[in-house]
Amino acid sequence: MSHLAVSKTYKLFIGGAFPRSESGRTYQARDNKGNFMANAALASRKDLRDAVVAARKGYAAWSKATPYNRGQVIYRIAEMLEGRRTEFVELIMISTGASIKIATAEIDAAIDRLVHYAGWTDKLAAVLGSANPVSGPYFSYSAPEPTGVVGILAPLRSPLLGLISVIAPVIAGGNACLVVAAEQDPCVAITFAEVVATSDVPGGVINILTGRVSELASHLAAHADVNALDLTGADADLRESLEQAAAETVKRVYVPKGVPDFAAAPGTARLRAFLEIKTVWHPTGALSLSGGTSY
Amino acid sequence: MEWEYSPAPESSAIADIKDRYLPFIDGSFKEGSGEDRDTINPGTGERLSTVSTVDASDIDRAVKAARRAYEDVWSQLPGPERGKYLFRIARAIAERSRELAVVETLDNGKPIKETRDFDVPAAAQHFFYHAGWADKLQHLGLGPAPRPLGVAGQVIPWNFPLLMAAWKIAPALAAGNTVVIKPAETTPLSILVLAEIIADADLPPGVVNIVTGAGDVGSTLLNHPGVDKVAFTGSTAVGRRIQRELAGTGRKITLELGGKGANIIFDDAAQDQAVEGIINGIFFNQGQVCCAGSRLLVQESIADEFIERLKQRVETLRVGNPMDKNTDVGAINSEAQLGRITALMDAGLAEGAELWSSSCVLPKNGFYLSPSIFTNATPSMRITREEIFGPVLTTMTFRTPDEAVTKANNSPYGLSAGVWTEKGSRAMGMAAALRSGVIWDNTFNRFDPAASFGGYKESGFGREGGPSGLAAYLETDDEAVVQ
Repeated sequence: MSHLAVSKTYKLFIGGAFPRSESGRTYQARDNKGNFMANAALASRKDLRDAVVAARKGYAAWSKATPYNRGQVIYRIAEMLEGRRTEFVELIMISTGASIKIATAEIDAAIDRLVHYAGWTDKLAAVLGSANPVSGPYFSYSAPEPTGVVGILAPLRSPLLGLISVIAPVIAGGNACLVVAAEQDPCVAITFAEVVATSDVPGGVINILTGRVSELASHLAAHADVNALDLTGADADLRESLEQAAAETVKRVYVPKGVPDFAAAPGTARLRAFLEIKTVWHPTGALSLSGGTSY
Repeated sequence: MEWEYSPAPESSAIADIKDRYLPFIDGSFKEGSGEDRDTINPGTGERLSTVSTVDASDIDRAVKAARRAYEDVWSQLPGPERGKYLFRIARAIAERSRELAVVETLDNGKPIKETRDFDVPAAAQHFFYHAGWADKLQHLGLGPAPRPLGVAGQVIPWNFPLLMAAWKIAPALAAGNTVVIKPAETTPLSILVLAEIIADADLPPGVVNIVTGAGDVGSTLLNHPGVDKVAFTGSTAVGRRIQRELAGTGRKITLELGGKGANIIFDDAAQDQAVEGIINGIFFNQGQVCCAGSRLLVQESIADEFIERLKQRVETLRVGNPMDKNTDVGAINSEAQLGRITALMDAGLAEGAELWSSSCVLPKNGFYLSPSIFTNATPSMRITREEIFGPVLTTMTFRTPDEAVTKANNSPYGLSAGVWTEKGSRAMGMAAALRSGVIWDNTFNRFDPAASFGGYKESGFGREGGPSGLAAYLETDDEAVVQ
């Protein structure tokens, strides 16, 4: 007797758990030929608000973790992804219609991207910070800190590499994020959430919603407890209205200058977009070099 | 025995205030097409001078001049040459420093000792610092060849007119951009003296253009389609509007907005030093400072004694004629600003806070306010949440470091904070926990062009000063896009 496949229920990923949408709604994910793949959760505004609350909690834990620890955890995501590469190759092929060669290249690049950012966590302060040679008896330094909770609209047509390319720089800097997955590829995004869930990432650091960007994005942009937005996945018309909404709480907004080439080596723009530079001054008194006395 | 200071007035003659000033466009001073505006001496309330203002056609000319200068001259100029122009400007500011200090005090109302010892030297230093970067942009850590953005549209406030001009113009020029900048309508004079310095330095025409007028001029400038980069310092309300108006343009924006800085005093702090730091934090420039330490948080165990000590010291501050070299607290910049401050003070009284004000005698004419302290304030009061932008301190208490952090961070703003403690680890720990762009441990209101400055949260984004300040004026290591 042949085995009847047990198909997966795709749910949301909020606070480290996999709830259904509180609205009870789903939508049909279809492969590139238009055939039914699975029912995906159709996230509501309430789900989004729950995810912001979860992200704020995740941020509290993640921003306090040591940079070394954050690097290890991001590297752990790469390890878990490597272990499920066959599954992702198949899923990307079904969802996007990519050839096995292209799908394989995508997962390879996605794994490497995570490794790249895993190595950034403990270098940000050295590269983006400075010891400030101020004119007076003070020790002054400037160092990057995470911006907070970042709302991300994931890019279209790059369901895994694109998704990881927008999430990894955000969490490498110590932020928590709330991602609205590409509408057409919810299965890839939620399967990636399973990778995250088994990678020692504290609950709430990465939250993934599936559903309609047109329904969720305006609430994300207007939410007062979201500190920054990555609008990579928004089209030009939507971007303008989202930027307007973001202005109400002076959110930082990252908008790429065109369609990002995720196959290219990432620069530091995405890291810098979600970091704040803090400058600290301490008096050093008359004993310091700038205090006026030589020894 | 009565000990009185003799008057020690600075001479206003050295300012050589003209009867009329013109905007500076494309290398020369030209009549603006807008209406004339008087600028008032806040110290006396009398007219100081008249300024010709611009209209949209003048702004268009200025932006086109800046574009032409950018494409034909400034972006072609090797970094070392750009740097030499900026060094020249720095030197000339220092040479005319006494004149600039007097102009600034007459137009702004701040004490002459502040303009003389802080505003003007810091402006010169800002040009000198950035001059040195002009040929070293490849060392910023922003990729091998960072590129300028083009024409920068800049709008600056009235609280540090010359210094804010330096903060905006110096990094823009060092990075290879050209500038159209608008000063505040109540303080246009010092930047127009700077324009003379710029002209005398033979800076190519159009590299720096100065347009005069009120908020509508600023709005027209920042929305002009020929502007590539926008930098604004001012209120959060206006910053928010600018961000909204520029939505979808892809224009790089720097916003330096309001603040409600917490100044946190632990029970082990050196109290006399802390008192001086609090006074510097809230009464420097009459409290008209975006990063002012306007929320005092005192540990409960020392609060009564400490606030008494603070009041005694505030009582000795000399309030009055800004031109007097002994004056500690000068005039509020305008009648309108004085009205906004007193309206918020009324709200504080209505909400039940207790108000104490120095018994100093205020001059009859001009815009003055006694240094004031609110006690028994609660976190929800308007005087605790909103930026007063005047010499008014709001005081609360706390018991534990955690409570201090929670109260300090409980604000939509995040520009500055101060921590006073003799314990090094606590100072460092607090500096990390406070969500503000600048933290001063056992000091307050320190600035340096080498140290970046800017806000978290609704205090704005982008930095000024230091390497990260230059990044705001450069295309830097951007993400690759599909061609």
